[in-house]
Amino acid sequence: MNTLALNRKPDEPRGGTLHGEPTVNYLHCSRGWKSWLLTLDHKRIGVMYLVGILSAFLLGGIIALVIRLELFTPGKAFLSEDRYNELFTLHGAIMTFVFIIPSIPAALGNFLLPLMLGQKDVAFPRLNLASFYFWLGGAIFFLIAMLVGGLDTGWTFYTPYSTTTSSTVIAATFGIFILGFSSIFTGINFIVTINTMRPPGMTWFKMPLMLWALYATSIIQVLATPVLGITVVLLTAESLFGIGIFSPELGGDPVLYQHFFWFYSHPAVYIMILPAMGIISELISVFSRKPIFGYRFIAYSSIAIALLGFLVWGHHMFTSGQSKLSAIIFSALTFSVSIPSGIKVFNWLATMYKGSIRLATPMCYAVSFILLFTIGGLTGLFLGALATDVHLHDTYFVVAHFHYVMMGGTLIAFLGGLHYWWPKMFGRMYSEFWGRLSCLVIFLGFNLTFFPQFILGTQGMPRRYARYEPEFQWLHQLSTIGSLLLGVGLVMAAAVLVHSLIRGRLASANPWGSATLEWTCDSPPTHHNFESIPPATDAYDYQDLVFDDEQDGYVRTPAEEEPLPDDAQQPVLI
Amino acid sequence: MNPLTMNHNLGLLADGGSLLFRPPSSTAAADVDRLFYFILAICVVFFVLITGVLSLFLVRHYRRPGQRVQPSPSHNNWLEIAWSVVPAILVAVIFMWGFIGYLNARTPPDDSYEIQVVAKKWSWAFIYPNGHVDNNLHVPVDRPVSLVMSSDDVIHSLYVPAFRIKMDLVPGRYSKTWFEAIQSGEFDLFCTEYCGTGHSLMNALVIVHPSGEFETWLNKTATFLIEITTVEAGKLLYARRGCAQCHSVDGSAKAGPTFQGIFGAEHRMASGEDIVVDENYIRESILQPQAKVRAGYRPVMPTYQGQLKDEEITALVQYIKSLK
Ligand code: HEC
Ligand SMILES: [Cu+2]
Repeated sequence: MNTLALNRKPDEPRGGTLHGEPTVNYLHCSRGWKSWLLTLDHKRIGVMYLVGILSAFLLGGIIALVIRLELFTPGKAFLSEDRYNELFTLHGAIMTFVFIIPSIPAALGNFLLPLMLGQKDVAFPRLNLASFYFWLGGAIFFLIAMLVGGLDTGWTFYTPYSTTTSSTVIAATFGIFILGFSSIFTGINFIVTINTMRPPGMTWFKMPLMLWALYATSIIQVLATPVLGITVVLLTAESLFGIGIFSPELGGDPVLYQHFFWFYSHPAVYIMILPAMGIISELISVFSRKPIFGYRFIAYSSIAIALLGFLVWGHHMFTSGQSKLSAIIFSALTFSVSIPSGIKVFNWLATMYKGSIRLATPMCYAVSFILLFTIGGLTGLFLGALATDVHLHDTYFVVAHFHYVMMGGTLIAFLGGLHYWWPKMFGRMYSEFWGRLSCLVIFLGFNLTFFPQFILGTQGMPRRYARYEPEFQWLHQLSTIGSLLLGVGLVMAAAVLVHSLIRGRLASANPWGSATLEWTCDSPPTHHNFESIPPATDAYDYQDLVFDDEQDGYVRTPAEEEPLPDDAQQPVLI
Repeated sequence: MNPLTMNHNLGLLADGGSLLFRPPSSTAAADVDRLFYFILAICVVFFVLITGVLSLFLVRHYRRPGQRVQPSPSHNNWLEIAWSVVPAILVAVIFMWGFIGYLNARTPPDDSYEIQVVAKKWSWAFIYPNGHVDNNLHVPVDRPVSLVMSSDDVIHSLYVPAFRIKMDLVPGRYSKTWFEAIQSGEFDLFCTEYCGTGHSLMNALVIVHPSGEFETWLNKTATFLIEITTVEAGKLLYARRGCAQCHSVDGSAKAGPTFQGIFGAEHRMASGEDIVVDENYIRESILQPQAKVRAGYRPVMPTYQGQLKDEEITALVQYIKSLK
């Protein structure tokens, strides 16, 4: 049934990494830089993406700390206004376009999607490699365009500020478009792979929810990104031929740019959050040993959110002078998307009911996600309601809200997923103690950083301010201290993972007791993942998965026997 | 009264403000706050509920040796309908309330007092019916005031936290907002649409005059140029018309060069030619700033063509001349 070598001694390497036998894993099957840079293996591409986006995250994170330090005092600490404006632009642009959007789909998704389908690779391996190089090229192009132009427009590039003050806004937008192309390639690849390569027995409604989430994300990537291309063309046409589109001097309308920008960037928010929800669905189920509650609802709601997400972009413009009617329609649509997202939280809770919950590191991240995402989602209600949004728009309240959703949601889920699939990706276990502790530090640091910002916002502190009124200072100081703690937590998490690569216990094929297909192949997988396509099993059936001391992981026992008390042997890890 | 000058660390709770809000000082503000607290109550209830259930399950169903999964349904129609419909109803109420408040905020009463607002990097100009231009917004208490706003360069946004109002100023069109102050005093006014270097300094005060005093103030300011010396008038204009945002008078550099000691000095232009600063050069700098751009500076100065009267320009020139 599965490729586990069942009679291996516990201290012998698993997945055959060290002595080249009995199987060679994908990390060691070939050597040399070419075997990585020109690889068509989805796993290696996933790992390259992982390294790439984590570097971007490091860069964006360091900039964030510099910004927070500057804001420790109301006046000038060490940055001039212009430097400050350039830095917050870089921070926002790197984090959204280079890091978060590709984080889960491109890094984890690439690695997992074929494994979850029991396949050797995605449908179009070459396209997959091309998507990585588009990402890399786009990221470099984008960064150069921003640095050379000293771009200080904010990551939203609003006209006419961007077009009148900087010559490189077209180049920067074009950079995002290249990055977008990499999204499109990944999206097409995933859609085709899921449509055509599901293993025998895996119908749509037997897919793991992570695959539903990646599918929904891919739809958005393919449909929304071209709008960026259109925007670039219009910006170029305006500056080359003087056709008035966005510029009021030529008879254009600056608010039109905001429509274009958010028509892409709002669905992009769902590109970020949907795969995060997919990860959380997997984690909650596995670590509660319970089938996910309301599977169909979660599956449908991913698709519903993907489609409705296209219709709410106008809620970024309630104070822009758009007509009252459109403000009202966008407000109503915005609330309608909030319902399915909210209900997912109830589904996760119900999944835990009467389960057998283990607070391993990934589950700690999942619990953090539920708390932070709930705060992020609930504070969205204040912004969706028109009267309160007018007060809160473009203040720190919005900054806090979207950090709770993007960082408390997507980043935390990404970290949870990374810790969950880490043994599969690299064949090593990390220290549970340090893993959980870093999760706790991240959780506390995050809240200390961003909760005070809600109050800054309601008190009226506008965003993107290099200097501010002294009355706001104590809240800013709390936030800065929190950001340092958050930084410590993230460095700890990174240290835990890197340490595991060198010193970590070898991982078994199925260390968590998961029922999805990727846990039936070796850890790390061989170059071809599976000897033959495994038949699909129920993705959430944990009944006959039993912990095996010899394997240091879970194995399936034949189902005929009377099911044993399945967790009796599981040691309580501290 | 003045939120800017009172003890800053205690500022949040003073004057009827709360931890969350500045004191509601317009007719609409209390309404907005009520909706805010209504949503907040819903949020707290849901958050406590979710956290409570989560903690309960974590404790009750924590994996201990010998403990096993108990049978429970994998879905339940009634439960799922209940937790979809209840939030949907709450959300519908929030939406309706929010949208009624918004319509009121966007529809000024017919008898409101109208003030024109022109924003440019990085200052505000409030233009009163008698032609007076000020960098602060002076208004009477207990009278609806509507603002007809436009921008000379990029998008700005006018935000008065104490009034809970905000509206973008978009170049090439007029936007409108209104408020009725219910309390005299001084209130912060911020720009909340990012507009470059001076964005965070692009603030002003809303000065709400006690009843009857607004007209007196307006009549007095209209004649201020006649009553004071030209240099004093220039100094006032320098502060009121936004020059101070970009030009210092103490030698320090801002977005533009300092005014200290420039009169009579020789300056290198971006084009390479050298120019001696005299009355005509200053006049040209104000009316056509891009005609001669000083080397080392970005050409960001807005034109004041048609916005300053001749005698005002003269006053500014005399003022700059006086800064040795
Ligand atoms: C948005 C910022 C900004 C504002 C507001 C502004 N200026 Fe300027 N000003 C500049 C910059 C930048 C320069 C240098 C570049 C140039 O010569 O155009 C400049 C140059 C000048 C010069 C020439 C100085 C020299 O040393 O050559 C004068 C005179 C001047 N401004 C007067 C004024 C007056 C009077 C006002 C108010 C009515 C004003 N400016 C408002 C930015 C500004
Ligand atoms: Cu502004």
